[in-house]
Amino acid sequence: MSRPRKIRVDLKLIADLVAPGSRVLDIGCADGTLIDHLYREKGCDARGIELDMQEVQRAVAHGMPVMQGDADTELVTYPDGAFDYVILSRTLQAVEKPREVLAQMLRIGTHAIVSFPNFGHWTLRLQLLLNGRMPMTAGWNRMWYETPNIHPCTISDFFALCDKDGYIVEDWLAADEEGARTPWRRSRKLANLFGEQGLFLLRKA
Amino acid sequence: MDQNPAFPETQHQSVTFSQGLALDCGQHLPAVTVAYRTYGTLNAEKSNAILICHALTGDQYVAERNPETGKPGWWEYLVGPGKPVDTHKYFVICANVLGGCMGSTGPRSPHPNDSGQPWGTDFPQVTIQDMVRAQKLLVDSFGITRLFAVVGGSMGGMQVLAWATLYPEAVFAAVPVATASYHSAQNIAFHEIGRQAIAADPFFYGGRYWGEGVRPERGLAVARMTAHITYVSEVALTRKFGRKLQHAEGLSALGDQFAVESYLQYQGSSFVQRFDANSYLTITRAMDLFDLAADHHGVLGDAFKGTKTRFLLVSFSSDWLFPTAQSRAIARALNHVAANVSFVEVQSDKGHDAFLLDEPDFHNTLRGFLAGCAEHAGLA
Repeated sequence: MSRPRKIRVDLKLIADLVAPGSRVLDIGCADGTLIDHLYREKGCDARGIELDMQEVQRAVAHGMPVMQGDADTELVTYPDGAFDYVILSRTLQAVEKPREVLAQMLRIGTHAIVSFPNFGHWTLRLQLLLNGRMPMTAGWNRMWYETPNIHPCTISDFFALCDKDGYIVEDWLAADEEGARTPWRRSRKLANLFGEQGLFLLRKA
Repeated sequence: MDQNPAFPETQHQSVTFSQGLALDCGQHLPAVTVAYRTYGTLNAEKSNAILICHALTGDQYVAERNPETGKPGWWEYLVGPGKPVDTHKYFVICANVLGGCMGSTGPRSPHPNDSGQPWGTDFPQVTIQDMVRAQKLLVDSFGITRLFAVVGGSMGGMQVLAWATLYPEAVFAAVPVATASYHSAQNIAFHEIGRQAIAADPFFYGGRYWGEGVRPERGLAVARMTAHITYVSEVALTRKFGRKLQHAEGLSALGDQFAVESYLQYQGSSFVQRFDANSYLTITRAMDLFDLAADHHGVLGDAFKGTKTRFLLVSFSSDWLFPTAQSRAIARALNHVAANVSFVEVQSDKGHDAFLLDEPDFHNTLRGFLAGCAEHAGLA
């Protein structure tokens, strides 16, 4: 069994939103770092789904309950309210049907925690304005024809979707690429301009 | 034709339960003998026991030289000191299945009507669940109320699933490997070829061949040859044999012209020395009858409702007998009831047989899963 590992700052921010002892499903859990952290540090019953079979094997070989599967197709197999938190970290923009995935997350869990790269960040806006080409940054570093990020959105877009589908934003914050908190927390417009990632805690109305 | 000498009768370690066993078919076996082997030491709390379930033609000699064939234990890659199922840490039990021919009650056991004859084809049709009930008697006899884990591949995986549904409280962790929740039409079809081959053998004598002093070797060998093809992938067969010729001279329709033919014939002839044809009929039929969802109004998830067992499902990418889709269907059914489930497909080109072979990805996965479960179970 692995010893507690130091986790990435953005995963730590997510973990901070999870109540101790809760039931958690981490979608796109990679090698299970967050699951391991939630189990060890917060006594959670945490499980994962991961698309990449090598990551799944790594996670299971470290004793973590992870199944190979696709967020777009596997979430429908879980019963209503099976989890307290369903987490989707830096993956929403890569799924086939983000709106449907979000709806499934809030069907099978009472809370959804979602993080995504903010396409409204000023460097992206500026590049598009000046070059007229799809922006390339540290976070958006693949050409448009080969990027897995097929559904980019901005922090403002995400607020709008939550309004439209009736989700309550219990907490949110903008963070930089490393996941450190940014000071534009209280202004949506500033967050949308300066935040590299959006992190949301949602529940159903 | 000449009969191969059968291996001499071996005395197998066993325990007999005089209360007998009520079977799914409605019959009651008056007394049940379960032949078994154990490895490692049961701890004082009796909390470190792992039951290994064997496949169709397997036996209880999972981690030691088989006393009949002289071959190594069939899962020595997996079970032993320092292995993924570590016998330094766990108390490992493996029993010959009910209906088998390695010491447990089966068609070769004496018929209780005192005729002195074996049961033969009169042996009641047992099910996978009946096999598990017999194993439960054995596990109870050790004073073990909860198995730390039940692990098995192929038909052994079916038994793991049956354990998890019949005795959910008695199974902390379940590892069904390369298996399915029901036997598919294709699988039943292959079994039927084998059964028909046995029945068509002139030495079968309606199942009473023991009385005639012969055995339906040709039929059983053909059954084994057919089954063997289903255990390997096309890629593996091609790699091993391709179109290599065994005997280049002459062109005969029958005989071992190609290397793959002589390989299959060897598989067939070595099998008949160690396996009883009536057991083969009984056990293949038990597999065919297996359908967990059918026992729960067609809803597989209902078989696992409320389960607290931690599951690890493993499939192999080139296994066409128990394909990955079957394991995934079980994983999804477990999701339906919010069970704790891990699911891994191991990349291998060795077909169904991969579960018995040297597959480090599988072995590392199992080792880690068991370690994680041991932590949750409070096993140091």
